[in-house]
Amino acid sequence: MSTKMTIIATKGTLDWAYPPFILGSTAAALDFDVTIFFTFYGLTLLKKEITAQVSPLGNPAMPMKMPIGPKWFRNITWNIPNFVQSLVPGYEALATTLMKKTISNVGVASVTELRSLCMEAGVKMMACQMTVDLFGFDKSEFIDGIEFVGASSYLDIASEAQINLFT
Amino acid sequence: MAADQVLDCSGLNCPLPVLRTKKAVDAMTSGQVLQMISTDPGSQNDITAWCKRTNNTLLGATAEGGKFIFSIKKS
Repeated sequence: MSTKMTIIATKGTLDWAYPPFILGSTAAALDFDVTIFFTFYGLTLLKKEITAQVSPLGNPAMPMKMPIGPKWFRNITWNIPNFVQSLVPGYEALATTLMKKTISNVGVASVTELRSLCMEAGVKMMACQMTVDLFGFDKSEFIDGIEFVGASSYLDIASEAQINLFT
Repeated sequence: MAADQVLDCSGLNCPLPVLRTKKAVDAMTSGQVLQMISTDPGSQNDITAWCKRTNNTLLGATAEGGKFIFSIKKS
């Protein structure tokens, strides 16, 4: 019998979009039977278009480096004061653009690509019905091939899994 | 041993080399050998773990000039 694994995805920012899709797709490649339960902000990762952004504000562990220019320039860590980050319009959009550039520079797949690889590998995607109602989403906003369920359905699957992760 | 198929994963980062390897091996027949080339240093441990979990045989792994070359025999 194959190993079963479940992941609860609760966060919808670009950085936090990676763990569930990387672990899910890799586990499927290891022939695990994988289920990901998307709830709260994580639910947005099942939208047709993933619009996840990254916020360096309030995230002191995030290295701020430039993905362009000569090596010495790329190696600089930019310490941008919090008040600047909060006041400059479009700061998060800029940080997201730079992060995406870095991601592509180092050959890391995009979130959308990893999600497709998960679907292709048979990873089961479950959307939290309560969150759909809570945020006033419509089912037509989400990709095909997912199930809308509640906590009991997730826990039923998790109770038979050897690995259950929360991201 | 000559490889039946060569898969170049140069420039790709975790978890893509493992995912591409899985896809390639799935399409092969039992006993065939895949040669996979990667530039991701993490793939040295990852491919070993993948072979262990999926019962495929890692015939050999070499590193030269920043490239890692794996020979994987499908079970």
